[in-house]
Amino acid sequence: MIFVTVGTQLAFDRMVRPIDEWAGRTGRADVFAQIGPSEWIPRHIEWKAFVDPGEFAARAREAAAIVAHAGMGSIITALTYGKPIVIMPRRAALGEQRNDHQLATAARFEGRTGVFVAHDETELPAILDGLADLQAGEPIPPFAAPTLIKAIREFIDSP
Amino acid sequence: MSPTPAPRRTRVLAVASGGGHFVQLRRMRPAWEHCEVHYLTTLAEYAKELEPGATLHLVNDANRWDKIGVARMALRVLWTLLRLRPKVVISTGAAAGYFALRFGKLLGARTIWIDSIANAEELSLTGRMVGKYADLYLTQWPQLATPQGPRCEGSVL
Repeated sequence: MIFVTVGTQLAFDRMVRPIDEWAGRTGRADVFAQIGPSEWIPRHIEWKAFVDPGEFAARAREAAAIVAHAGMGSIITALTYGKPIVIMPRRAALGEQRNDHQLATAARFEGRTGVFVAHDETELPAILDGLADLQAGEPIPPFAAPTLIKAIREFIDSP
Repeated sequence: MSPTPAPRRTRVLAVASGGGHFVQLRRMRPAWEHCEVHYLTTLAEYAKELEPGATLHLVNDANRWDKIGVARMALRVLWTLLRLRPKVVISTGAAAGYFALRFGKLLGARTIWIDSIANAEELSLTGRMVGKYADLYLTQWPQLATPQGPRCEGSVL
């Protein structure tokens, strides 16, 4: 199963449509997409606008690969479950996000084990064709860096 | 001889909107495992995944272009703070966290802001606005730390 997710806040037709069209072309039947308020209604893949956090976690856990906007919730979830993830950054100039922080996220995470970047929609089909070969890293620990936890804990406990 | 009463646990209010902000906040929970913790977020379904003893409180989601939604959110945050009177308020964002730190500070709480790891090249707008109300003011990216704050103590990854 391929789990596609674009987050809850804004449409991302530039990602949903090419994935739907790719599934139609290749006959790939095991794609589920959470499309948020996107306008493109998928014809070739199963979809919902929103899923609750429990379903989100279950679908991520069961997926062979995750394809997502470059949002941290999606990236951290994929790293936690040790799933390969393809991220495509939203762009403010196209009305897909309020600023271009997802471009920065994609640049920072590109090259990290298990994280692959589709810089725009034209790169998506080829990456989807090769999805089965993408390797994830080991699942990451469930908690933040010990230094960060220690700094917060000491602050909470300071008089 | 009367038994010594157990010391009261520090009450912490941890605030984040649903999605990436909440996922990041949850990864820091060992920092407040010894506290009485309350979460304030936008999705009721998160109640199922909380640690035993933690309590979930809800606030509506809103962005800064939705004036009525933002006003409702601010009131809801204020109401939650007045009811709970936490000793410590901590947030990763977004708008609800900003209000929680501002109002929390007014009510005498100590405040912690951890800017989202999504903001690798500049702090979030909320993160820049909230800096002067954060007693512990952190970024997750070393290159964004400055002598005047925020500091970097590591990331949620």
